[in-house]
Amino acid sequence: MTQQSIRALINRDIALARAQGGGLGAALGFILAVMVLVPLALGPDQALLQRLAPGMMWLALLLSVLLTADRMFQQDYEDGSLDVMLMGHLPFELVTLTKAIAHWLTVSLPLAIITPPLGLLLNIDTAQLPILWLSMILGSLALSLLASIGGAVTAGLRRGGLLVSLLILPLYVPVLIFGVAASTANLGPNSSTPALIMLSALTLMSLVVAPWASAAALRAYLR
Amino acid sequence: MPQPLRLKAENLACERGGRLVFSNVNFTLNAGELMELRGANGSGKSSLLRLLAGLNTPADGTVHFENGIADFTLAEQAHYIGHVEANKPALSVIENLKFWANFLESELNENSLAAFKLEALASDRTLLLSAGQRRRLSLSRLTIAPRSVWLLDEPTVGLDAASLLNLQKLIKKHLKCGGMAIAATHTELGIKSTHELHMDKTP
Repeated sequence: MTQQSIRALINRDIALARAQGGGLGAALGFILAVMVLVPLALGPDQALLQRLAPGMMWLALLLSVLLTADRMFQQDYEDGSLDVMLMGHLPFELVTLTKAIAHWLTVSLPLAIITPPLGLLLNIDTAQLPILWLSMILGSLALSLLASIGGAVTAGLRRGGLLVSLLILPLYVPVLIFGVAASTANLGPNSSTPALIMLSALTLMSLVVAPWASAAALRAYLR
Repeated sequence: MPQPLRLKAENLACERGGRLVFSNVNFTLNAGELMELRGANGSGKSSLLRLLAGLNTPADGTVHFENGIADFTLAEQAHYIGHVEANKPALSVIENLKFWANFLESELNENSLAAFKLEALASDRTLLLSAGQRRRLSLSRLTIAPRSVWLLDEPTVGLDAASLLNLQKLIKKHLKCGGMAIAATHTELGIKSTHELHMDKTP
């Protein structure tokens, strides 16, 4: 029975993202802009660009996800959907988890898949693409989950974007550090494994913490 | 034979933003009964409904719901139709209804569309609906999952005469089946209510 509610919610959020375009387009445009502008800003030093590429790509991914965070619960809060969801049999923590996963499926995951090939604009070493994909897909789940906390805290604010950035940025720092560490694998053949393990740990931790934190924040709003 | 439902509020008080909205609200509602909430704007009708729906915590007093489904809170056995529609403009009428039916762990039956004559609008995007039609769509949520307590916040707003008749029919049927309803309203619902609660008299 619980699965029925969860499936309904995921399907609806995907349908909404498809119907409204949502944040994916804007986020993708942001990443593309960074990728195009960084080489122009830093000059044509190909070795330098290659060294900076993983960090720049992670930065672009992280900030673009942040751009979409403030809208995660806003509509559902304003049109009263959250009221009805709070009254359903599905635990509210599962509602926020489901919405975070829907956000991952519609925004963060597509971005994590598209970003590594865009690194070619930064002269990235193609041998690095697989590890970038792996670390970004893994890390993007943590990004969506942590973004749900920020989205929940600012659900009732019209211009919550700035506040979300300030609130979530500290939580994104570890993801960024270990994500970049995992992607910069030119120190040795196995050097990215510890960083990947830490990244997985961060993702699992946000999986546990984020649904509770966002549910608590939204409950406080609806009061 | 299951015991009939009973909803009992004792000495309820509600505070919003540090201001006491109402206090000392008492009522007992039995299965098959309708209570109308009356009172001026800002007298706390909506706050009382939200409080009963579990969307707000009382500052004082208690709410007892007797003989309902064990393990379920009052909120989980209630429908709350507020001022906002809880439907997505980008989705079609039938998609919105299907979503709520699935989310509320029920199934969409043909009566849900028929209850407010939405059959012809089923595949239209909700964005294109008029205010009254949107109201009908959100009221249709009452029919998609069986819940024994209906909390209606000005359900008649925007409805035409035919839809009002449909709403009356729906509430009467619900009451006859042993449910109960609380409606905040400024106009006549057209149903004989067993209780009337005047919020103004509870400063």
